[in-house]
Amino acid sequence: MSSVLKYFSGLFTGIRSLLTGMGETWKELWTKKVTQQYPENRDTLVISDRFRCELTMPHDENNEHACTACGICQINCPNGTIVVTPKMIETEDGKQKKILDTHKWDLGMCTFCNLCVITCPSNALKFENTFENAVFNREKLKQQLNHEGSKMREKKKEPVAPKVEEKETPNA
Amino acid sequence: MILNYSQPLEITNLTSWLDTTLRSSMSEFWVLLIEFVLVGVVLLAAYAVIALILIYAERKITAFFQARYGPNRVGKWGLLQSVADMIKILLKEIIKINRSDRFLFFAAPVFMIVASMLTFGAIPFGKGLNAIDFNIGVLYVTAVSSLGIIGVLLAGWSSNNKYSMIGAMRSGAQFVSYELSAGFALMTIVVLAGTMQFSTMIEGQRYCWNLFNGHISSMIAFIIYLISGHAETNRGPFDLPEAESELTAGYHTEYSGLQFGFYYLAEYLNMFIIASIATTVFLGGYMPIQVHGWDAFNGIMAMIPTYVWFFGKTAVLIFLSLWVRWSFPRLRIDQLLNLEWKYLLPINLVNIVLMVILVLTGLTLTDLFPGLF
Repeated sequence: MSSVLKYFSGLFTGIRSLLTGMGETWKELWTKKVTQQYPENRDTLVISDRFRCELTMPHDENNEHACTACGICQINCPNGTIVVTPKMIETEDGKQKKILDTHKWDLGMCTFCNLCVITCPSNALKFENTFENAVFNREKLKQQLNHEGSKMREKKKEPVAPKVEEKETPNA
Repeated sequence: MILNYSQPLEITNLTSWLDTTLRSSMSEFWVLLIEFVLVGVVLLAAYAVIALILIYAERKITAFFQARYGPNRVGKWGLLQSVADMIKILLKEIIKINRSDRFLFFAAPVFMIVASMLTFGAIPFGKGLNAIDFNIGVLYVTAVSSLGIIGVLLAGWSSNNKYSMIGAMRSGAQFVSYELSAGFALMTIVVLAGTMQFSTMIEGQRYCWNLFNGHISSMIAFIIYLISGHAETNRGPFDLPEAESELTAGYHTEYSGLQFGFYYLAEYLNMFIIASIATTVFLGGYMPIQVHGWDAFNGIMAMIPTYVWFFGKTAVLIFLSLWVRWSFPRLRIDQLLNLEWKYLLPINLVNIVLMVILVLTGLTLTDLFPGLF
């Protein structure tokens, strides 16, 4: 007897749950569509700030960057995307000083792992969310990050540790 | 109120005009020959066009269920998308598989398409718009539509591929099982309608659809027919032959180009055929909604051409099928066979007996309220 009961109760609970499911999908049919119509909605498109697309070296209004040409980013880069070329100059007081000549980055090789940004001791690098990076030639993917004629920002003896904390690097 | 033939929008006007014009100028033999060819061409064209429309509709509705827009780049609202897909599939290469049974391999899709074409030809699309009107229409449709499974089994066998073979066997098991239920559900209504001829059956549903006439028994038969019809078309949640992870694409894994197109076309057309048979048998076919005594209302309803009624009702059922497809999780093979053999078939058998009792004791709606229905 109980098996007969089980048969019918199973049947009817099954039908009920199926109808519930159909009710849910019916509601879903009328929800707002989430498709991003990309090329048309470029003006209103929102890309998350933390989305990593393009490595940049922020320059301030005096065309100064923070890179000391230490080469830590190059060492940390897992697949050799970054090539830092330093050069030696002589300062006014006659000291030899290593400054940045070129900071080259190859987008085509980059895995966007963010290690260069995390490990940079002077916060010189940043990943931007500009995602339209398609070009017709692989050579165009190789970029020089420091601007023409830029120089290093003079340090104001700021402690390095708090700066590291400021960076939003939960993966670090 | 009888549908009058002076309606300007009915295609019957055109066909009868064509017939009289041809008969006035040539002998019986040539008239029939020309008409047969014309009917064949029209059916083939309708077959292709309906498939294209269905593919578009399915993609659009599927997208809406998933909060997407679906195809919307080719033409206005993506209307030309399925045309573009058709051109692409026509241009694709038909790959010959090494060590396959060449003859059967090429014959299989033809079986599939011929079976669905034969069924398609028997559907009454509107008043006077059925190519053939057997007195055993229901039996013919059930018999002919089951031929398609030969195509599936042959495809699986001749591909010489274990995935195709397993997919075909699954599909065969599924099809043979559910064919039984679909047949029994139709038989229930045959008991009610007292005829197997589609035109008589539709005429009998003028004021009361078979779905309501046999109330509880008809409803059960309708639901069972929809479920088993849906399962016969091998579409989700019953899409066992197409299991990407374990069987790749099932029985049509090895097919390419137009041959794959045949399977694709037949799958969509089978969905349409199931919906249209359900419309004809349960929902009054091409008959407009008519109510006893409301002559003005009946007149207005009859103004709408019968083929519009037919395609409208069919579209509702097709939408239902898509809705089910995107609501329910996919079944396992044992659950699938459980559903058929332990639930649908016993219920169906009891249902036929119930229907016989309803008809014999005069408990159908037409018997209970003769003036109303």
